[in-house]
Amino acid sequence: MVLSRTVHSESDESLHSTFASRYVRTSLPRYGARSARSNEAAYQIINDELMLDGNPRLNLASFVTTWMEPECDKLMMASINKNYVDMDEYPVTTELQNRCVNMIANLFNAPLGDDETAVGVGTVGSSEAIMLAGLAFKRKWQNKMKALGKPYDKPNIVTGANVQVCWEKFARYFEVELKEVKLSEGYYVMDPDKAVEMVDENTICVAAILGSTLNGEFEDVKKLNDLLVEKNAQTGWDTPIHVDAASGGFIAPFIYPELEWDFRLPLVKSINVSGHKYGLVYAGVGWVIWRNKEDLPEELIFHINYLGADQPTFTLNFSKGSSQIIAQYYQLIRLGFEGYKNIMDNCQENAMVLKEGLEKTGRFNIVSKDNGVPLVAFSLKDHSEHNEFEISDMLRRFGWIVPAYTMPPDAQHITVLRVVIREDFSRTLAERLVTDIVKVLHELDTLPAKVNAKIEVREEKGLEVTKTEINKQRKFTDAWKKFVADKKKTNGVC
Amino acid sequence: MVISNTNTDYDQNLHFDGYNCRFKMPDQAIPKDAAYQIINDELMLDGNPRLNLASFVTTWMEPECDKLIMSSLNKNYVDMDEYPVTTELQNRCVNMIARLFHAPIREDDTAVGVSTVGSSEAIMLAGLAFKRKWQEKRKSHGKSYNNPNIVTGSNVQVCWEKFARYFEVDLKVVNLTEDCYVMDPMKAVEMVDENTICVAAILGSTMTGEFEDVKLLNELLMKKNKETGWNTPIHVDAASGGFVAPFLYPDLEWDFRLPLVKSINVSGHKYGLVYAGVGWVVWRTKEDLPDDLVFHINYLGSDQPTFTLNFSKGSSQIIAQYYQFIRLGFEGYKDVMNNCNGNVMVLKEGLEKTGRFNIISKDIGVPLLAFSLKDSSRYTVFHISESLRRFGWVIPAYTMPPDVQHISVLRVVIREDFSHSLADRLITDIVRVVNEMEAAHSTDNTRNANSSTDKTRHTHDGEASEHSKREMQLGISKYWRRFVHGKKTSSVC
Repeated sequence: MVLSRTVHSESDESLHSTFASRYVRTSLPRYGARSARSNEAAYQIINDELMLDGNPRLNLASFVTTWMEPECDKLMMASINKNYVDMDEYPVTTELQNRCVNMIANLFNAPLGDDETAVGVGTVGSSEAIMLAGLAFKRKWQNKMKALGKPYDKPNIVTGANVQVCWEKFARYFEVELKEVKLSEGYYVMDPDKAVEMVDENTICVAAILGSTLNGEFEDVKKLNDLLVEKNAQTGWDTPIHVDAASGGFIAPFIYPELEWDFRLPLVKSINVSGHKYGLVYAGVGWVIWRNKEDLPEELIFHINYLGADQPTFTLNFSKGSSQIIAQYYQLIRLGFEGYKNIMDNCQENAMVLKEGLEKTGRFNIVSKDNGVPLVAFSLKDHSEHNEFEISDMLRRFGWIVPAYTMPPDAQHITVLRVVIREDFSRTLAERLVTDIVKVLHELDTLPAKVNAKIEVREEKGLEVTKTEINKQRKFTDAWKKFVADKKKTNGVC
Repeated sequence: MVISNTNTDYDQNLHFDGYNCRFKMPDQAIPKDAAYQIINDELMLDGNPRLNLASFVTTWMEPECDKLIMSSLNKNYVDMDEYPVTTELQNRCVNMIARLFHAPIREDDTAVGVSTVGSSEAIMLAGLAFKRKWQEKRKSHGKSYNNPNIVTGSNVQVCWEKFARYFEVDLKVVNLTEDCYVMDPMKAVEMVDENTICVAAILGSTMTGEFEDVKLLNELLMKKNKETGWNTPIHVDAASGGFVAPFLYPDLEWDFRLPLVKSINVSGHKYGLVYAGVGWVVWRTKEDLPDDLVFHINYLGSDQPTFTLNFSKGSSQIIAQYYQFIRLGFEGYKDVMNNCNGNVMVLKEGLEKTGRFNIISKDIGVPLLAFSLKDSSRYTVFHISESLRRFGWVIPAYTMPPDVQHISVLRVVIREDFSHSLADRLITDIVRVVNEMEAAHSTDNTRNANSSTDKTRHTHDGEASEHSKREMQLGISKYWRRFVHGKKTSSVC
């Protein structure tokens, strides 16, 4: 006799298929969850909600890497439970970080002997790297002023108005004044002459950007160095330079090796670079390198008794994951110099393909330079009927994320669209993007701009025109949109 | 005919000289499986994270969560416009944590808080907010504002010292005593002056896991504030305790229920049960976060308010934190913490049975066990820590902070993935190590008695025999080690 057991449909939750369970009937908790759920249900619910996030690889706004090889993914997953700061427990991971620092320092021509270890550290990103570098400059300058018996409570830093927002954060949080060199139309980076003029005895450093966020241009660090050397000789202030090579640091050495921007210039004392931009690693790793030990004041370094061993550390973050550092090492030895060069060459070529496609439409001015970070920044030639924000909105329908934004002062009247070419943006995608942009232009051309033009023509003739309600509203909303857009802080673009 | 490709690359890769790639980038590329294998093999020499009993940081998560983490590795958290759901998940986490801490917000209000990379960043943000508020208050009263200080116990984690040093705030430290291994509220309040930007209390002291008496601190500080009118606030560093106290000790008043507590930080990667890389800081109300610290940036074309030190970072840990919240819920976290506590008791009883240890940690606190040797004359906790490594256990030994530096402890942190059977095994191994030490030092003693040594262990007839040369080395290295340990700061994590 077979004993059978009827299975109650409500008894065993774990038998239910994920979507049959009661968990998908209730909305996700926002403020607190009392009882537990099964792991499959929790996974499915979150996974499904995340489907509504954008596709990282179509995000053409970001420099940050969105694809890595499966082997690297394996390494990252295997080390996800390693807390990087447990240096004593994970000595190999710490060693890998040190090797990365050495390799990057050598890439930047740091003046080291053959077996000398470089001075540098892995960070969570360029923001932390810049804060560390800035802190080092501030402390050195304070020590110098104290020794000279001068006041040291009003430090300032000279940069261009095109700096990324983390410099403003550094200035605001660490109480340093930010002296910005304004941009002008046609000149969208920091002018070395104007910068050096702004330097005074309270300047802790001049920050140059290799790979401006807005149009990818490399600032002329060599010229800045030469002018500053001259000024230092006259004044005796010894003002140093920091190069923010967040994007450019992994491009210039491979495609423009003769460009002198790094430690080859004597006044450059520290450089930061984002491992997660053209270092080709996922978000979460940056590097800062100092020229030599003297450029990093010892009092900033902490010697801690971590897990029973002495560890020197200079970071803002403490516990963090190890995955990205291991991934960076993977990329450095997997690709080597030639691998990185090949990838950057490809990116450049795809940028050219995109640029030519856009120039062919005849509707755009190309704002970015050929020499620089592989991106294309372009603006409309004719703004009377439509603007770049509309193009950006319409491109979203096709899945592309192409941001539009206004330039910083004093070029706020210029709006650009910017497409960043990353490793995983192939030529076919570039051609497709051009096609879609052309489509968008055609659509816009058929849109109500014609109505506005007619109204304007009539107004010119001084005729009383009974504007329809819709047109009036449209004019108001356009004016309001422009007003709001102008009010937005534009120099915080990334 | 098969066209084969002689794969000389494979041979090359077997001989890849990773050691020489310490300083310079290699010129050539290598195949990806080779790169993977090389790195994987070298990493075999790292310790096993799950046997690392020194760390509070989570070392195990469910496979479903690993899947979620993997799929979001390529999302840059700060692209809020592009990943609105991820940003929404962060906001939900902040709201949940704020409510867990009894923040005075209504049902539908959004809490003021942010996710960070860890408690270090969280503490720096909270400290910055206090510093700025205090400066504005002083400026409006026409008083000097360039000597801010912060009052804490000497048992603080190193990130407070970092904050003080990097942001130019004086650190006024209440030293510990033999009866009190945490900050004494009365002494702390005594130290408060008009330049104090806040008093920092720790819920879950790093050394012993103890909870500081935030309620008493609040009462004493309220009294003093009334007398002086300085309005000094409190910050609670609940890095470890923030996800323990609400579940195990819900009646313990330490959070926003106390009126002077203005901000709290907690590590998601400790008892929040997420891998390393996420922390949270929550403010009581909007007024406690000065608006000029908040940046409104035009990110990818839309306005985003942000207050963090880091900008680009991964999204994985934030999604994992949300997963844990909805997967476990209140009852799930409570069960996990109860289990941890149970295992602490098992370990504690096992050690007490040996009769050789003093238990320094309290029963109420973060689930960890800190213990010292009753008799440290022949061997110390540092020896035990080293010997335990042979079995794979990583248990750190360290000296306590001032003024109790003469006490050294071993500390075992009980995490979610430390089961009862592992606890039993650890006890067995500790007993074995202790017995070995006892045996080794008693034979040494008899040898010494025979050669009538003094502390420097020379042979009594003046000749350095093979045997006592080794003893001399042992003696010297023991002395040197003690000397070096003495020099180390006691800022343990």
